[in-house]
Formats: sequence, C-alpha cells, structure tokens
Amino acid sequence: MLGKDVLAALKKAQKTEESPLGKEVLSQIIENAQIAERERLPLCQDCGTAVIFLEIGQDVHITGGYLYAAVEKGVRQGYSQGYLRKTIVSRPFSARINTKDSTPPVIHTEIVPGEQLKVICLPKGGGAENMSRLVMLKPGEGRQGVIEAVVKAVEQAGGNPCPPVIVGVGIGATSEITMLLAKKALLRKIGEHNSDPEVAELEKELLSRINDSGIGPLGFGGRTTALAVHAEAMPTHIASLPVAINFQCHSARHQEAIL
Amino acid sequence: MTQNITSPVDAKTVEKLTAGTKVLISGVIYAARDAAHKRLIQALEESEKLPFDPKGQTIYYMGPSPAKPGQVIGSAGPTTSSRMDAYTPRLLTAGLRAMIGKGARSPEVREAIKKYKAVYFATIGGAGALLHKSIKRVEVVAYEDLGPEAILRLEVEDFPAIVANDIYGADLFEQGKAKYQRGK
Repeated sequence: MLGKDVLAALKKAQKTEESPLGKEVLSQIIENAQIAERERLPLCQDCGTAVIFLEIGQDVHITGGYLYAAVEKGVRQGYSQGYLRKTIVSRPFSARINTKDSTPPVIHTEIVPGEQLKVICLPKGGGAENMSRLVMLKPGEGRQGVIEAVVKAVEQAGGNPCPPVIVGVGIGATSEITMLLAKKALLRKIGEHNSDPEVAELEKELLSRINDSGIGPLGFGGRTTALAVHAEAMPTHIASLPVAINFQCHSARHQEAIL
Repeated sequence: MTQNITSPVDAKTVEKLTAGTKVLISGVIYAARDAAHKRLIQALEESEKLPFDPKGQTIYYMGPSPAKPGQVIGSAGPTTSSRMDAYTPRLLTAGLRAMIGKGARSPEVREAIKKYKAVYFATIGGAGALLHKSIKRVEVVAYEDLGPEAILRLEVEDFPAIVANDIYGADLFEQGKAKYQRGK
C-alpha cells in the first residue's frame, strides 16, 4: 500500500502541477491508490524484487533455524498468498527461468546496538531500478559535480522510472556502499531531510533542479518530476568521490516490523 | 479532447492520431513483453508461424499480477517500452500497427513508426489497479511457461492512453519536456 507521506506528496503535487495533462496523470495515480486499497490489488503489477533490510541488535541471538531461510520463506509465502507477481528469474544472462515464487530475495544485514530485530521490506520495481547510476567523480568536481551527475541521471531516465519519483542519492564511501546508501535513502519518509544541514541543503537544490527538467509526471511534461530527493553522505578516500543514484517510482511501498 | 478508438486500429484512424491526443481504446490487444518479444523475433527469423499474426494488431507491453478468485486479471499496467526497441522495427515490418507502453522510444523506432504508419501510445505507468478495470477478458495465447511474460489476448473497454509517437514524427515526451523546462 502507498505510504501516507507519498499520498500526501502526490495530492500536494496535484494542486501545484502546471501541466493540465500532468495534473490529470497525478489524479489517476491517486485514484489508482484508492482502487488498489479498496480491491486489495497491488498498486502496480510489478511487485518487484523483494529487497529486505535486517537491522539486527547485537544482543539478539537467533535460534531455531537459519535467519535467511526464514526470510526467504516469508517472501515465498507473501508473494504466493498475496497474489503478487513473481518477477525473479534465475540464470540472468542466459535461460532466464522464472523461479515462480519471487525468491531469492535480496537481503542486507546490519548489526546495530540493542536487542531488537528490525525487518524492512522494499519491493523494488524493475523499471525504476534499471535507471540506477554509479558515477566515480574526481574529488575536484565537488558539490557541482554531484548535482550534475544526479540531474543527468534523471534526464536520461526520463519517463522510464515512472515519475514523479523519489530520488535516492549516495555520496562517498566506496562504490558498493554508496549504491546501498542511495537505496536506503529511499526508505526515508517524504518531507524528512538529512540531519546534516549541508546535505539537507543539497537535497533541496537537487529537487529544484530536477523539477526544472520539465520531464513531469510519467514524462509527459510538467513541473513534478520528483516528489523528494533523499541524500546520504559518508567519508570517502582522498582519491574518490563516488555518487550513486537510485530511483523509487511513485508506487512507493515499503513496510517495517520490529521483532 | 478524448477520442474513442477501436483496436485493431485501422490505417485511416492512425492518420488522425497526433502526439498528445488522449484516447480510450476498446477491442482486442495482445500483451507481450521482453521474453515474448525475443521469441517472436526468433520465430520471424526462422520463418516459423507466429502464435498470432501481428498484422494490423496492437501490442501492450505488460505482464500482469495474478488474478484473485473472481477477477479477470490482477494489476495490469505498462512496462518500460524502450526495452522492446530492439525488436520493434522487425515487428513493424511484419505489419504491427500499434503499441502501448510507458516511456520514450528510440530514434530507430520513431523512424519505423513513421515509415510503416504505426502509432505508439503511452499509458499510465504504475497505475496497474486502475488499468485492470478496463480489461474485460483474458486468454493465454502462447508461451505459458514464461509465467507473467506469456502472450495474452485481452479484450479491453475504454482503456486510457495518449498518443506518444505518430506517423508525422512528433513525440509527446519531447514536446512536454520542452514546454515545462526552466532555467536552460
């Protein structure tokens, strides 16, 4: 189901959008969410790759079986019993055989302080995921380089990732971690900025630049290309300035539970 | 202004459709996406019989979620059309007349749309629940082993879309972007 924050952002955009066609599309997206809720249908037929984030308190001891097997079982049950589309294929570069139960999921684990186990499920649609970018900038390119890399990725993506999107941006660390930062940034609620004022300022400028692209809802033209930009930054190597861009389509669904 | 059109779309209607025109499509369309396209092209290359004759027909780039009991189909919105770009000119030479999907097409496809007098409609990406309401009948035509990527014959009523590429070379995405771009 669509998050309340996403629905509120869509309704706000529906009021401010200048393009009549863009306005109409935003209304249809809102209507879609209402139909999906009423008829208990997936918002979008692409029920995604099940991306699972596990935040495991370091005082937690898991017994009774292998944690990843339990997650996989949960994904299998959820996709089968929930009438969700099975979207995963094995042998990706050759036979591409549908695994018929949407397994295996993609699992990220993080050890955190405490004695809780948090599970976050992000069903990630393929159309938006395909527009992901990793750019290894030169350190001298700095803030301006980051802005240009993100805007270019949005321009190249056009209508493909189903705008209005949420743009996740990872900056710093190493190539693989910055991609993960970009993806995790998508989990943040719309309206919440990064707690670092410098990063928050960058998010605001990026959002304005992205919405100046004119791509608009579904690429039909308009002033609403992104609902939000969420950036996360981490220290990096003296030689490096990695930037990752990950897109979340308007069908922004994720759920979390604490065990 | 919204035009009601029937699929298969005839040549006369295609001439009247220009980028930005909103349409409601009723009639028969075929759902086919990545894996099905690959097989269709393979069949054409090997001069095998296709599971359906594309001549004059409409292909919808879509793989639905499963239907719940009592439903015709699950969510049924478009997938990204550009992934089919490599296959599309070949299908247009075989007579395909219309396509429905989301996102812009390649210059090669746009050229082929002009040359073979076809039309590309964009519909509402991510609105699978809304679009499922316009689908009244579903029948599996071929490649059932592909699961959600099987070819389906769909009967639709008032299926909403907008002309994105027409026979005159216009492009909805370019037009829209140019109009609302700022600061360049």
